[in-house]
Amino acid sequence: MLKMERRQSSSAWMPYVSPLLAGVLTLISGAIVFSVLGQPPLYALKTFLITPVADSYGIAELCVKAGPILLCALGLSVAYRANVWNIGAEGQLLMGGLAGSALAVQFTDSDSVLLLPMVLICGMAAGLLWAGIAALLKTQFNTNEILTTIMLNYIAFNLLQYAVHGSLKDPHGFNFPESAMFADAARLPILWEETRVHLGIILALISSAGVWVLLSKSFMGYQIQVLGNDERAARMAGYKQKRLVWFALLLSGGLAGLAGVGEVAGPIGQLVPQISPGYGYAAIIVAFLGRLHPIGVVLASVLMALLYMGGEMVQIELNLPLALTGMFQGMLLFYLLACDMLIQYRLRWVSPNVGNLATASD
Amino acid sequence: MTSDAYNDDLPVPAGANELPMPSRLALRNITKQYPGCLANDHISLDIEPGEIHALLGENGAGKSTLMKVIYGLVKPDIGTLYWRGRQLTIADPSHARSLGIGMVFQHFSLFETLTVTENIALALGTPAREMKALGERITDVSSKYGMALNPDRLVHTLSIGERQRVEIVRCLVQEIKLLILDEPTSVLTPQEVDTLFITLRQLAREGCSILFISHKLNEVKALCDNATVLRGGKVSGNCKPAEETPASMARLMVGDDTPISTEYAKAEGGEAFLEVMQLSKGTHDPFGTRLNNINLQVRSGEIVGVAGVAGNGQEELLAALSGEEPVKEAGAIQLQGVAIGSMGPADRRRLGVAFVPEERLGRGAVPNMSLHDNALLTGFLTGLVRNGMVVGAKVDAFAKQIIDRFKVKAAGTHSEARSLSGGNLQKFIIGREILQNPKLLIASHPTWGVDIGAAVAIHEAIIGLRDNGAAILVVSEDIDELFLISDRICALCDGELSALKATAETSIEQVGRWMAGDFDEQDDSLSTKRAAVTPIHAQGKADVQAENRVC
Repeated sequence: MLKMERRQSSSAWMPYVSPLLAGVLTLISGAIVFSVLGQPPLYALKTFLITPVADSYGIAELCVKAGPILLCALGLSVAYRANVWNIGAEGQLLMGGLAGSALAVQFTDSDSVLLLPMVLICGMAAGLLWAGIAALLKTQFNTNEILTTIMLNYIAFNLLQYAVHGSLKDPHGFNFPESAMFADAARLPILWEETRVHLGIILALISSAGVWVLLSKSFMGYQIQVLGNDERAARMAGYKQKRLVWFALLLSGGLAGLAGVGEVAGPIGQLVPQISPGYGYAAIIVAFLGRLHPIGVVLASVLMALLYMGGEMVQIELNLPLALTGMFQGMLLFYLLACDMLIQYRLRWVSPNVGNLATASD
Repeated sequence: MTSDAYNDDLPVPAGANELPMPSRLALRNITKQYPGCLANDHISLDIEPGEIHALLGENGAGKSTLMKVIYGLVKPDIGTLYWRGRQLTIADPSHARSLGIGMVFQHFSLFETLTVTENIALALGTPAREMKALGERITDVSSKYGMALNPDRLVHTLSIGERQRVEIVRCLVQEIKLLILDEPTSVLTPQEVDTLFITLRQLAREGCSILFISHKLNEVKALCDNATVLRGGKVSGNCKPAEETPASMARLMVGDDTPISTEYAKAEGGEAFLEVMQLSKGTHDPFGTRLNNINLQVRSGEIVGVAGVAGNGQEELLAALSGEEPVKEAGAIQLQGVAIGSMGPADRRRLGVAFVPEERLGRGAVPNMSLHDNALLTGFLTGLVRNGMVVGAKVDAFAKQIIDRFKVKAAGTHSEARSLSGGNLQKFIIGREILQNPKLLIASHPTWGVDIGAAVAIHEAIIGLRDNGAAILVVSEDIDELFLISDRICALCDGELSALKATAETSIEQVGRWMAGDFDEQDDSLSTKRAAVTPIHAQGKADVQAENRVC
């Protein structure tokens, strides 16, 4: 019989094998799901995972989708390392998009080179402030950031709906819930002609490098990890816990805000009711799948972008529901958490041992 | 199940014995393998009826595993257990209890919000209608064995010593034939230890066998008939403690290679470095202790020891001194005249304060981080960080230096802190603080749960730091340790501190009285107040606390 026993020290290689193992298990389960849905499993998996990126257009779209996911997941990695459970990347992203749009629609005729930086900064600041609300509540009133950030997500979503149906609605837009198109000076420049790949992916990669330096080289990053691993040790050493919590939340909020403004100033070009298909939530999975490490997060965000594209592809090609994307995301996280048990534990085969249980009253 | 216990009282029929002379308990070749650790290696042991048997050994020698085998918590891989001559396997603790085996753990398993009777009823599975009878039985048993206990008191109002009585009485209200005590004296004052020993001797005279697990050799010598010494999971010797010296038993425990310290020269110290003046502090923890008018002075070049039973304000005092919980009146804690009471730990470190907390894993060191990273934990003020960036090479050199200088046994600087043994990790933590050349070292239980070899190394390191002119404050429950290393000594009781006296001019008995709250030779106002309080104290600590609040 298989027995789970605690390892003496954490496995050195399991943290890297676990995401791969989770991926394989997700594929197997996905194949079963497809065959239950009456599709040939291998063909369906190919349609889901390979067809979307079989051409250069697909690769370009992969970059477009991976960018915002990566930005959100990077910030979340820092927060999660500090044991700050920011679930609010989605709301921070929406606020970034909303605030950036609010500025951009004021200058639809501008061609100033300052406009784009101002729009980006405005979006980052909004995400940062939105996370700052949760930081204030946590540090001052000891509220649980999981609850506050989730609730702030709903507030942000409704603020966005309010704005896009109201004050930011394009007066010449035939009453569609959309803002005016941004000026070109407010748009992120296209990097790859004929595609939608824009500067945002470069910003995301620069942020990855920055987060890597923060976590691996800086004392701030070290303190964040001590706080996350062992709060009592952080207090003993005299680290300023509240400051670290503020930093982690503001950083993740700012990066999510940048992701949001990058969507409206990038591929969309205006404010619409749906600026994110749940990138902020997907980023939670990406952060864990990437082991809260910038390099891992880069790889995981590409995979997550592929799941989004695959969902659309099977919808088009096989008439399957788009909800498959969410199901694959869920399975991946589920298997990942299960496989992560093996970092601290190992499976051992033990022969069933029937003890000779003598009783007292013989 | 209880009827089994009574059946067991009947004489064992002839022929049923598998051993010629049935011992109360006999173990043969008990072996238990844990991953990477052979905890018990062919251990054999005999305990006769009415015998007080000591199980000696350092931490990690296999004592805990062996007693868990006897109590049915752990199943041995190999080996047989004979209970009163019959071979059997103890399935679980309730089976052990039904046989008449009782166990008092080092860490009590009591519900603080329930009464004594309710706690014992829970352990026994007593129906509610029999609670009154149980209460009477508790009163009978506790008075019979000289352990006054009011069955209706809530456990959280009891002192540690009284809580231990609850645990012992819980065993005694059943038909007890073997009582296992795990380090029972570590939470008691010397006077309470004497009382406990009287109880245990009376129990033994009535035929109950006692397995006494300890590493305090003086106590073993005073109490036990026989001793089995474990080292590295094996029996390293059997002896009659009365015929041995503590040093010869220590030799059996640690082997021939480890130095055993005996005496250190005492020092006088220079000018006062740390001064605590009229420090009073409330507590957020409902079961915490209020600090009341603490006055304390530690000079450069001396070691001051603070004795006391755990839970008398040690944690609160240490948190105030380390800065983890700053106090409102900054002037209540001063370093050479500089008020530091309101500073946090990092600011105090900048002024030369180093701190070794009680918990090694999860406070003194981050369990899942490497020694490299753990060196940086408090070492960040010694040039390991430049412009906000960690200088990896310097951190590594610092970690290596700690490992070399303090002979920390580890695979390297990349080893996780939690993979180290308690003694090695403690050497690492003490080394990390000492190598920062502190002017004041505050150490809490520096050798708690550490093997003798490491304890000697730690004591020598602390003495060495003192001889270099640092002021050192050691808080410990181990009174022998405090007498060994401290130059001046005092004791905490109920959040109040006794007078500070040169160790050479006091005695264990006197410090024991301080630990019980009997502060002699204080100034007049205090001693008269104490005189009024002391008789109440005999009834219970909670009453004293209430009295203090009124005062």
